Amino acid sequence: MTDFLQLIVSGLLAGGIYALIALGVVFIYKSTQIFNFAQGDFVMIGAFLVWGLLVQLELPFWLSMVLGIVLIAVIGLLVERLLLRPLIGQPILSAIMMTLGLAFILKGIVALIWGNVYLAYPKIFPGETLHIWGVALSSQALWGFLIAMVSFGALVFLFQRTRIGLLMRATAEDHQLAQSTGIRVRRMFGITWAIAAVVGLMGGVLMGSIVAVSPILADMGLVAAFPAVLLGGLESIPGAVVGGLLIGIFQSLAAGYVDPLVGGGIKEVAPFVIMLLILIFKPHGIFGLERIERV
Amino acid sequence: MDRPSGTYNVSYEQDMAIVRTRTQWVLSILGLVLLFCLPLFLGRQWLVMVNVAGISLVSVLGLGILTGYCGQISVGQAAFMGVGGYISAFLTAHLGLPFLVALPCAALGAGLVGILFGLPSLRIKGFYLAMSTLAAQFILLWCFGHIRPDILGGLDGIVVPRADLGGIALKTEQSQFYLIMTIAVLMTFLAKNLVRTRTGRAFIAIRDNDVAAELMGVNLFYYKLLASFICSIYAGVAGSLWVQYIRHVDPSHFTLLESIWYLATLIVGGMGSITGALFGTAFMRALNEAIAYFSPTLGAVFPNVAISVFASLSMIFFGLVIVLFLIFEPRGLAHRWEMFKSSYRLWPYPY
Repeated sequence: MTDFLQLIVSGLLAGGIYALIALGVVFIYKSTQIFNFAQGDFVMIGAFLVWGLLVQLELPFWLSMVLGIVLIAVIGLLVERLLLRPLIGQPILSAIMMTLGLAFILKGIVALIWGNVYLAYPKIFPGETLHIWGVALSSQALWGFLIAMVSFGALVFLFQRTRIGLLMRATAEDHQLAQSTGIRVRRMFGITWAIAAVVGLMGGVLMGSIVAVSPILADMGLVAAFPAVLLGGLESIPGAVVGGLLIGIFQSLAAGYVDPLVGGGIKEVAPFVIMLLILIFKPHGIFGLERIERV
Repeated sequence: MDRPSGTYNVSYEQDMAIVRTRTQWVLSILGLVLLFCLPLFLGRQWLVMVNVAGISLVSVLGLGILTGYCGQISVGQAAFMGVGGYISAFLTAHLGLPFLVALPCAALGAGLVGILFGLPSLRIKGFYLAMSTLAAQFILLWCFGHIRPDILGGLDGIVVPRADLGGIALKTEQSQFYLIMTIAVLMTFLAKNLVRTRTGRAFIAIRDNDVAAELMGVNLFYYKLLASFICSIYAGVAGSLWVQYIRHVDPSHFTLLESIWYLATLIVGGMGSITGALFGTAFMRALNEAIAYFSPTLGAVFPNVAISVFASLSMIFFGLVIVLFLIFEPRGLAHRWEMFKSSYRLWPYPY
């Protein structure tokens, strides 16, 4: 029983971060109708950027976070301006390939600057491992979960309660309609990409502080975020958090109970099995919109 | 169509023919003869390049049918190649069957797995199918490394004997060239032929507008699965050729990077064109070789990552090629080739 609880709790804590990474994908899909295959690479490059500022340049943590956020927001804006804007009106495969191409450029840049490494963050968050009813709670994971949830809340607030959020929601609703009411749709796209990149950086720092800073983070982000997004529904912000938490728990349970039977590695595969089942039985996820098509 | 002036089709057969004019006949026969004489002039290093390109071509052709003609995005081509490769490796290495038996089995096996992962395409389209094949990529790759390590060899893989035809083992690079090229040419003609049949037209109808295609009586589910099946058969053949060529099979040959490499090849060559697959494969293989050639020099510039400089540079260039082609030439090299051909015919007049 304690084992079961332990697995649930650690899955939940990891799921919080997954939800944050998934939110980045949902944000971009909602407003630009592009599925960003490079979100995992934003996670990776974010973790490396902050690590570089914090450890290699020896800046204080808050300063490296601020600088990291500014840098990655610029990267997000540039990506939108240089890569995605020329593709407006092109078929969906072009957009998918573009994000895949971007993913490889980012991977290559990280490999060129830092190499294929496995680095640790200095201990960012205070506190010791807590024990409640025999369940161990790592303080890093706990802080990670809390920060992920707070960032999530802040983004939802931005999206639902501020003027810029209103503009973004209008853009997401209908590009032409938004443009005709005087919203600068392309600028909204740029802002969306910048926000998604910043969200990726947050996820990267949190995941990096728990796992390690390594190019593997890109795959981990992808493994975590895509099934979460599809489970929750592509266009749903609550879906991202529900999907993220469920995938986290499921992954942890699978790793705990199935791994000993098959000899490891199930953690990377289990979310995709879920994803395949969702695609077959409920392709639009829990909260997703089903679009009706007319010829 | 863009035929030289004065060349008309006077019968239906002529309009449908793969090789339309006498010049085309002469050129294609000459081209084939020249192709099969290549081992007489090329050194071993060049032959290796051509052989690898030939195997990739088979895989790209399959993906071209699924993605380029039927419009279903697949990011799991390498994993389906892996299925074919593992089946072929199992049959030849463990059961001692001849290669010519293992090859169709591998193709069929990969095809069936392709159908399995194509099943979600009944209800989904566009990039949702990309997600389904992405899942296939991760799940299959995990299966290669973890299921029955006593048979499939786990992460270390298994050693595969080279193909033999009627007791003659194809050990030399030249004999491999003939095997690979015969199959590659055969598969190219099959693909070229397929796209002008009823099936091929159904694929194109689905790509252009699936709802409209269904209204016209195209059975969407059947043709989508058929496209997945054919695509995976090509992948299976390529995988089977690949494992016997490098004499080893392990999961690291069939990664997501490889899958995306095939998609990128298709984009570079031009979607919906068999000629495009040829151009794309040639271009991307040449790019790979060029990076491999120049990376030692660049390794001197970035000494702290000299070991991984090839890997990182090839990723950056690979990404850049995708990005630049999508922005500047989304119709690929095949489109350029058509433009070149028509301007050549009209020369010296501008139009």
